[in-house]
Amino acid sequence: MHFSSAHEASRLQLNSRGRLKHFLSTEGLSRELLTEILDRADGFLEADGGIRNVPLLAGRTVMNLFFEASTRTRTTFEVAAKRLGADVLNIDISKSSTSKGETLRDMLWNLEAMTADIFVVRHNHSGAAHFIASQVTPHIAVINAGDGRHAHPTQAMLDMLTIRRHAGAFGKLKVAIIGDIRHSRVARSEIHALQTLGAQEIRVIGPRTLLPKDFSQLGVHVFERLEEGLEDVDVAIALRIQNERMEAALIPGSEEFYALYGLTREKLKYAKPGAIVMHPGPINRGVEIESEVADGVQSLILQQVNYGIAARMAVLHMTMQGQADVKNGEAT
Amino acid sequence: MSAIRLVNGRVIDPASGRDEIIDVVVNGGRITHWGREAHSVKATTRDVQGCWITPAFVDTCARLREPGQRAHGSIASETKAARNGGFLHLAVPPDTQPVVDSGATAQLICERARAAGYASVHVIGALTRGLEGKALSNMAGLKSAGCIGVGNARLSMASVETLLHCLEYAATLGLTVFFSPEEPSLAGGCAHDGFMAARLGLPGIPDIAETIALATQLLLVEQTGVRAHFGQLSCKGSVELIRIAKDKGLPVTADVAMHHLHLTDKAIDGFNSLAHVRPPLRSEKDREALREGVRNGIIDAICSDHQPLNAAAKLAPFPGTEPGMSTFETLLPLGLQLVRANVLPEHVLINALTIAPAQILGLQAGQVSVEGAGILVIDPRQRWTVEAETLLSEGKNTPFMGRVMEGSVVLALS
Repeated sequence: MHFSSAHEASRLQLNSRGRLKHFLSTEGLSRELLTEILDRADGFLEADGGIRNVPLLAGRTVMNLFFEASTRTRTTFEVAAKRLGADVLNIDISKSSTSKGETLRDMLWNLEAMTADIFVVRHNHSGAAHFIASQVTPHIAVINAGDGRHAHPTQAMLDMLTIRRHAGAFGKLKVAIIGDIRHSRVARSEIHALQTLGAQEIRVIGPRTLLPKDFSQLGVHVFERLEEGLEDVDVAIALRIQNERMEAALIPGSEEFYALYGLTREKLKYAKPGAIVMHPGPINRGVEIESEVADGVQSLILQQVNYGIAARMAVLHMTMQGQADVKNGEAT
Repeated sequence: MSAIRLVNGRVIDPASGRDEIIDVVVNGGRITHWGREAHSVKATTRDVQGCWITPAFVDTCARLREPGQRAHGSIASETKAARNGGFLHLAVPPDTQPVVDSGATAQLICERARAAGYASVHVIGALTRGLEGKALSNMAGLKSAGCIGVGNARLSMASVETLLHCLEYAATLGLTVFFSPEEPSLAGGCAHDGFMAARLGLPGIPDIAETIALATQLLLVEQTGVRAHFGQLSCKGSVELIRIAKDKGLPVTADVAMHHLHLTDKAIDGFNSLAHVRPPLRSEKDREALREGVRNGIIDAICSDHQPLNAAAKLAPFPGTEPGMSTFETLLPLGLQLVRANVLPEHVLINALTIAPAQILGLQAGQVSVEGAGILVIDPRQRWTVEAETLLSEGKNTPFMGRVMEGSVVLALS
């Protein structure tokens, strides 16, 4: 009764002109903005799939603040920033040194003093990127590289880029996301992006232990059987399963998970002929996906990595422009 | 304090069923003279037209942060805030540092409160030694030191068998046991396990974390015959279980925190850590059941569940923030808002803040004619804005910050 149900957190990422100044979540962003990210990412891709070097961020400093280890995501951000001509600093922060909020804020202010322009943040707590964006001084852009189970918006955008380039217009597409939906920030960000971009149908597939509560309220169709969920889909996205899900008694083991939810050639027959197969990586062969499917003609898993660089370049550039807007707006 | 004559006020005293506009004289924290008699004694006169005259509020659960958590508040600061909000009698849980498992700690708290002089503080002793859930505390010692009951705060028990023994022993001593039901293995999250938590990717605490613990505790109450109070209930299922227990005639009472009657899990949208509380704010359906529970008396009392926290405790990503809300000073206007919205009749609100909690705690308080109960003069229409500077509590952690409130305590007479 005291708060609107609108996307409170999303407003934080837009400047007064409605331009992106942080990139925290795909939720609540307009179709125009998401499409612009995709268009710009396309522009960074060569015809042969290579990536252009465009020094749009020359003289800028990008700091990768990783409170949670991730070599892959950090590396793609690093490559993206360097392709844009920015300086990159990688800062790995052990969780223990920032167990209290004020310490985290103090740390941010210290890093700002080293003339950072963009913080790329990964943290194991949902809401961490929002928190950091709410604390940094106004000219610094914050990009969410994954916060808890909440959001991983650059991964979602590279997946949207993959879909748009290989499966076509969103309005005609049925997309299925398979596996550990409950703990997946990727799934959440993909769902918001797919909805905004107008996907015809979004499905999530998994056992009840890996599905979030009341998720159908989000406007997705929930399936517990893979065969049913895959029926007639154009895009199948398998998610990574962490070993700790077995220890937490959410699934019995990788073999049984594979038997029920593994994306095999056999299961893929339920999807539309020529449906594309994606995975945010790193893949567990024989757990989430059959080797032959991962390496097969329908798989775009390797292309996703390259698109990830282009999508991150687009977001780095757009948020920096959004911050410059604010600065100039204040000056005039 | 010398006598004061209040003229033209409306006296609401649920204990006696009285609700009328009448002149009264207040002395010694109670009404001593009524009507015409009120004008026959020597007293300073104050016109309180438009105001309510009620017993002072009684709280079943408030954290004062002392001893041991001074970074968030002190007995002096928080009892002063309590008085500002109309509370002159407070029950405090035993989870201080050190915990209240000895008579000495209980006495220390009461003495500091007496020295501060704002409100009387009543201590709930630890049910188990060190609140570790393993060994019985020295309950007889705690009782003779003045503890009004025992409880294990929100800390877990080693086993159901241990809890059974604790309840048998408490029953032997005639002590009331205070429960904040929560099954720890289901309470590892930080938000109500519903759509909002699913959307924000926050680990959830399902309502069964509360009802499973509550059902177990109610069965043990039935088994042992101990008098039990269930505090800070948050969900529909709990109201249902309390109703069944009361229908059976079990010696149980229950309360709900005011913020659970107001807010739902929508309040955490945008990762608003000021709405991070435990038990978590739940669904619309739960809020409606709690309101209905207060209306029909299944839930006896409304508590503050006051938990002051310093700024640093809320300055972190949501799951890393401390749960808790500073509530003393917003409780009355929030209650009046429920009255204006026809959610609660005013006598039900005042009853749930006065005589009902006084009876739960076994206190001679909560009624206008009992010496030392304390009398409030409330202006239900006075408007004020919640600001860090206007709150006397050291805890500024309220999601109502910046909001205009209607209703405040004009006088607290003790």
